[in-house]
Amino acid sequence: MRTIAVDVITENIKEMCIEANHFLPEDMRQALDSATQSEQSPLGRQILEQLQENLRIAGKDMIPICQDTGMAVIFIEVGQDVHFEGGSLEEAIHEGVRRGYVEGYLRKSVVSDPLIRENTRDNTPAIIHYQIKPGDQVKIIVAPKGFGSENMSRVFMLKPADGIEGVKNAILTAVRDAGPNACPPMVIGVGIGGTFEKCAIMAKQALAREAGVHSSIPYVKEMEDEMLAAINGSGIGPGGLGGTTTALAVNINTYPTHIAGLPVAVNICCHVNRHAVRVL
Amino acid sequence: MGSEQNKHLNVPFDREEAIKLKAGDYVYLSGTIYTARDAAHKRMYEALQEKGELPFDLQNNVIYYMGPSPAREGRPIGSAGPTTASRMDKYTPALLDLGLRGMIGKGKRNAAVVDAIIKNRAVYFAAVGGAGALLSRSIVSSETIAFDDLGTEAIRRLEIRDFPVVVVIDSEGNNLYETAILQFGLIDKVNSTLP
Repeated sequence: MRTIAVDVITENIKEMCIEANHFLPEDMRQALDSATQSEQSPLGRQILEQLQENLRIAGKDMIPICQDTGMAVIFIEVGQDVHFEGGSLEEAIHEGVRRGYVEGYLRKSVVSDPLIRENTRDNTPAIIHYQIKPGDQVKIIVAPKGFGSENMSRVFMLKPADGIEGVKNAILTAVRDAGPNACPPMVIGVGIGGTFEKCAIMAKQALAREAGVHSSIPYVKEMEDEMLAAINGSGIGPGGLGGTTTALAVNINTYPTHIAGLPVAVNICCHVNRHAVRVL
Repeated sequence: MGSEQNKHLNVPFDREEAIKLKAGDYVYLSGTIYTARDAAHKRMYEALQEKGELPFDLQNNVIYYMGPSPAREGRPIGSAGPTTASRMDKYTPALLDLGLRGMIGKGKRNAAVVDAIIKNRAVYFAAVGGAGALLSRSIVSSETIAFDDLGTEAIRRLEIRDFPVVVVIDSEGNNLYETAILQFGLIDKVNSTLP
């Protein structure tokens, strides 16, 4: 049994909120860099160069990469041999988000009620996904999610007879409808299978996968490659202003499902695909 | 479509200047603009319905759909990129009819907005979404002028210098989002049979 003080969780989450909003992971930087080299449209290339310049300014001057510093999505994998002390783990996570957003000059974009819509002024609550794993470590992913792209995400409850063509069609439909709204070049997270909520969570997790890493299932990897090529052939381009770079990655996760169903979730993220990862 | 030459334009600007702008033009804006996004639009719309007045004169002015992150000490503003324009579509035709000349945002507009743009000879610009740190450098000053309680969604008056935008929908209704896709698309049309 390993004991971890919840204050340690708070401090780490605070730092990770600030880090994720100012510094993109190296894999995303590289994906943007190679897209800038290959983009065919002059205006598209100009926009990709601006995005790279934006990243430089964000890191150097500590200005958030995007003003939409997101709703804080937290994936936390807790080893079953870990014991937390010093208070509620859940409250410690929210407190970390609160401090990160207030002390880190991040935008407060959360309203307390979806219809009454009063800003909570500290960006809490976070969206927390817990998983219990073997061992005595705690892995935390902080993935602030902007809503320009979140709003364009979709869940499709397909029929088994729709098959793989139906799935591909669902992905392309979501991307085409998103177009310029989702701040392309995008990253596409896809969840196939499970239940209504399981496929959506898988799609969100897929966004945190390192760019360039593929599914270990051969047909899924093939679908990732095919979908990336099809999306980049859509013509939407950087900023939606035309070009050959519409997505930087398509990441697909799958899970067993029911004999009657074929759920598909498409979670779209902009090029500011933020995630900070720490293992305690 | 569009010269794609870099142009410089002072804001506010009048109908004649708007007519000269073509979809695809890359334009650097300088002058005074106003920010308003979801909640501010809802309030402006309600104020119009109830009292027939707005917090600022729309005539020849430009609204930037933007809610910034907080400014660090000594800086005019935090990160300051565009938000998705379509959420303001419901309120926009009424504002255009009152003289609003331009909008800066990102993403598609509906048919009613395009019609109102043509009718009033206005223009819709896009700024690069997700480039809020870069765009903040073109903002010289920022002052909250209404709805302070809305926080990031308050109406701000911004002084901008060489703020980079692209004309997406011009005063004749030409739409760069529609034409650019055709230019670079490899597939005719993404077939969709889904709802």
